[in-house]
Amino acid sequence: MQAGVQIERKGKRAFPSPQVSFQEVLGRDELRSLSVETLQVNVGKLCNQACKHCHVDASPTRTEIMPREVVDACLKAVREFEIPTLDITGGAPELIPDFRYFVTEATASGAKVIVRHNLTVMHEKGQEDLPKFFAENRVELVSSLPYFNAAKTDSQRGTGVFDKSIDALKRLNDVGFGVENGFTLNLVYNPLGAFLPPDQASIEADFKHELMARYGISFNNLFTITNMPIARFLDWLRRSGNEAHYMSKLVNAFNPATVDSLMCRNLISVDWTGRLSDCDFNQMLEMPLAADLPQTIFDFDMESLSNRSIVTADHCFGCTAGLGSSCGGTVAAN
Amino acid sequence: MLRTGGRLLLTKLLLSQDKYMPYYNEEDLARFGDVAKYKPELFEKFMAWYGACQEEGELTKREKALIGLAVAVTVQCPYCIDAFTNSCLENGSNMGQMTESIHLASAIRGGASLIHGIQSHNAHDKVSM
Repeated sequence: MQAGVQIERKGKRAFPSPQVSFQEVLGRDELRSLSVETLQVNVGKLCNQACKHCHVDASPTRTEIMPREVVDACLKAVREFEIPTLDITGGAPELIPDFRYFVTEATASGAKVIVRHNLTVMHEKGQEDLPKFFAENRVELVSSLPYFNAAKTDSQRGTGVFDKSIDALKRLNDVGFGVENGFTLNLVYNPLGAFLPPDQASIEADFKHELMARYGISFNNLFTITNMPIARFLDWLRRSGNEAHYMSKLVNAFNPATVDSLMCRNLISVDWTGRLSDCDFNQMLEMPLAADLPQTIFDFDMESLSNRSIVTADHCFGCTAGLGSSCGGTVAAN
Repeated sequence: MLRTGGRLLLTKLLLSQDKYMPYYNEEDLARFGDVAKYKPELFEKFMAWYGACQEEGELTKREKALIGLAVAVTVQCPYCIDAFTNSCLENGSNMGQMTESIHLASAIRGGASLIHGIQSHNAHDKVSM
C-alpha cells in the first residue's frame, strides 16, 4: 500500500523520488505482515549525540520523551499479547526518566529485551552503572560502531565518540557482555557515505580481528545496515550531490529475496506518544498504519495488527537493496 | 598575446554552443549497457566474462575490487575508477588499503618506465667509444 500523504522536509520531499516506484519494483499489490514478534519502541528523540546519518534527527536539544502512561501501555501490550521481544530504541533510550522501569518490568514479564545502546551514554552523569544494570536485567545490547578506527567513527558520530565507545565496550566485556557464554552484545556497521554495506560476514571478521588485536574487545555479531535516504542522511545526500546516484544504487540493487524477511513483516513500531507505525523509518516520516487499523498502543489489537497491510513508499528501497537491511542486519542469504 | 586571445575566443565559442559535449560524462557510466546497441552478442559475451571475473573465487571479492581499482588508475579510466572505488568501499576496504593498491600500481608503472632507461643506456653504449 502506497502512502497517500506527501511528506516534506525543508521544503522538499522527505524521501527521494527514484526513476521507478517501490510499488512498481515490488511487483505485488501489497505487502502484508506475518506476525508481531517484536514491539519496537522509540522512547524519544533525546540523545547525547547528534550523528550525521541519524534517521531520528536525535540530539541533546530534543525534548520529545515517552511519558509513563505510554510506557505502561507498551508493557501492557507485551504482557497481554505475549509479544516475545521488546526492542527499545531512541535517541539514547537510557536518558528518559522511565527507562530503567521499562526494562525491569519488561524483563520481569518474560520478554526478551533489546536495548539499542549508543555506548557513549554510559559516560553521562548518573549513567555510569549502566553495564551493571544491563547485566542484571540480561538485556541484549545492539550498539553502533561505524568503524574500528577513530577517524571514521568520529566523522560520523562526533569528536571523541570512538574513544568513549572503546572504553564502554571494555566495561561491557568486563561485566560479561560479548564474551563466551555471556550476555549478547551485537555491533552495528553502517557505511560512511553513499554506498552499500559490504558482506556482513566479511566485515564482521575484520571487526572481530581488529577490535581484539588493538583493544582486547570481543562481541557477538556485527549487523550491517544500509543508510536510509531520509532525515539527516538525506540532507547530506542533497548537500553533497549524491541523492540521485544513491537512489539509483538502491533501486538497481533491489533484491526480491529480501522481501519475505523484511523486518516490518514481524515487527510493529511505537513512537514516544504511543502512535503505531510499520517500522521506525515510517515513524520518522510520520507515516501512520493503514487507516482501518488501530493507530496507537492504547488500542493494540494483535489479530488485526499481525496480518496487516504494510504502508510502503520509495524509501523502502533502503531495506531491499543487496542482501537487505534491518535492525538485525542483512535479511537474505548470500 | 594574439595566440592567447585566439585560444580564449575558441574556448568561449565552444562553451557557448548548445552542442558542446565533453568527452567524459559521469552519467555515461550508467549507460554502459548502451554499448550493446550495434553488436549485442559481443557485448553479452564481454559482460559474462566481466561479471564472472569479479565473482568470489580463489580470490575474495574484496581482493578483486582492490586489483580492479589499481588497474583502473593505471589505465586512467575515470569510469572504472568511479566504479571500482565504490566496489572497494562496498566490499569493506578502507581508504588506507585502497591507497596502498593505487601506490603499488603506480610504482609498477613508474618502474616500467624506469627499466626502459636501460635501453637508453644500451643505445648510448652502442654508439659511444
